[in-house]
Amino acid sequence: MPVDADAEVLASTRLSDDYCVVAFRAPALAAAIRPGQFVMVRTSAGNTPLLRRPYSVFERLRDSNGEVIGFSILNKRVGVGSRLLYDAAPGMRVSCLGPLGRPFSSATGTTEAWMVAGGTGLAPFATLSEELAAAGVPRRLFYGARTGSELFCLDRFERLGVNVVLATEDGTRGEHGRVTVPLARELGSRPASSGVVLYACGPEAMLKAVAGLAERYGRECEVATERQMGCGMGGCYSCVVRVRTPEGGSRYARSCVEGPVFRAADIVWEERPA
Amino acid sequence: MDLSVRIGALRLKNPLMSASGCFGYGMEYADVVDLSTLGAVVVKGLFLAERPGHPPPRIVETPAGMLNAIGLQGIGVHRFVREKMPELRARGATVIVNICGTTIDEYTEIARILSDVEGVAALELNISCPNIKEGGISFGCNLVNTRQVVSAVRKATPLPLIPKLTPNVTDVSSFAHVAEEAGADAVSLVNTFLAMAIDVETRRPRLSNVMGGLSGPAIRPIAVRMVYECARLVRIPVIGMGGIASAADVLEFMIAGATAVQVGTANFVDPFIWGKLESGVREYMRRHGIERVSELTGTLDIPGEKRA
Repeated sequence: MPVDADAEVLASTRLSDDYCVVAFRAPALAAAIRPGQFVMVRTSAGNTPLLRRPYSVFERLRDSNGEVIGFSILNKRVGVGSRLLYDAAPGMRVSCLGPLGRPFSSATGTTEAWMVAGGTGLAPFATLSEELAAAGVPRRLFYGARTGSELFCLDRFERLGVNVVLATEDGTRGEHGRVTVPLARELGSRPASSGVVLYACGPEAMLKAVAGLAERYGRECEVATERQMGCGMGGCYSCVVRVRTPEGGSRYARSCVEGPVFRAADIVWEERPA
Repeated sequence: MDLSVRIGALRLKNPLMSASGCFGYGMEYADVVDLSTLGAVVVKGLFLAERPGHPPPRIVETPAGMLNAIGLQGIGVHRFVREKMPELRARGATVIVNICGTTIDEYTEIARILSDVEGVAALELNISCPNIKEGGISFGCNLVNTRQVVSAVRKATPLPLIPKLTPNVTDVSSFAHVAEEAGADAVSLVNTFLAMAIDVETRRPRLSNVMGGLSGPAIRPIAVRMVYECARLVRIPVIGMGGIASAADVLEFMIAGATAVQVGTANFVDPFIWGKLESGVREYMRRHGIERVSELTGTLDIPGEKRA
């Protein structure tokens, strides 16, 4: 059951000229968060922008006693709302509605978890890595960006015992090319009997490519989708993803209530993803 | 303090309703709002059959508003009755069903089906959706067609009938008048304004459907004017909507002539808005010594003019 938290900005930490991590105090909301869920953030109390923006939860924040006190989001400055958050000052109050949406399936029983992130698609894997670490599941992160300076928070994942594989499109760090290049190679080098499960979040084209690799190598795969959302509650029907029906057809599913996490095999991938 | 209002034979506990298409089928919001506390839950528009809706992108934000072209994705009337009505009844919601059709026969058939369903309090006749090619707005933009479809549905159902009018006409009050003559119990307005937005970098429309309906605070002053014009012309209740986001906005529509209001886009921004609107209206009534909210309807005070 979502709450509308009057969340205090604890910090906005700039990672680059475009990216930042915004930390919010919101204990009740944060305590209920599951990996893959999102929060609808009202970036302005006025009409500009009017609608909330969906943000995947990045970190769960704890105090020195280990109590959950809030959460953070990974923000890229692209539009009006994300600019306001980039410039958010500590002490500011921001209405945050959540947690919302279907999380990743529990990874507790998984033999090995491989996470695949592109850009801000890194966000849901901080909490998932925590869950995997707590369950003792071996974990890897394939993390791609346009350039080396846009690969963030690697230490956080290394601290959680995540084996991190990097790729950049310009070759400035890690493997030269898209993140699916090392992913494909590693999948190909594993025997089919090894129980690797894939989790992906990032640009639609990357999700489609990861879904294709999962199918080719016979791996279970869940993807966290990103869509324009009006409400985040299932009310407006704007954030739809085309999914397969048991009858062999397809239908539009609201990613806010049936997702944002879907089984990759359930999605009907568009010819030219946006 | 009495917040109840009458829409024909229907008595609502307060004048606040969800706007169709902005509240799913109601149960989506049951965790955050007690559905029985709303004047009415107006559910998403239903055709006889299921509809897939338009491909995304289906919405885009514009200054103080948004465009939508959902394309009336829906589960159809039969699944609605089977899957949604039992839960809505159990929650004590006053349910108004928004019905759509591509032909007059489709409207009347849906109306007949719903007339026998326990818990359906009224029908809102969608003759104003701007986002589908067939049906809907093609009835609502032509006085002859409006009269025909309202008359036909009137004969098909004893339920209170509320045609929902489009603002995409020269004179919306003439449509309200025709609806009244054809037997409507009330009219609701406005549906969204046909509009579009373009990404200049790609030169592509921002909606897959190219055009969509504009809603939100951006349209409020136009909607208030249209409600005012209709309420002056017809005797049946007018249900006002268009960018309502605060108690003051509710009051503005009522003073302009609305008996009740619907809230759409603002519910996307704040699904907890309902209690805030109600307490704001109560606070205003206390401050102005108003006992019954219905006393407010149509009380616009134009200096130098005698009140009607």
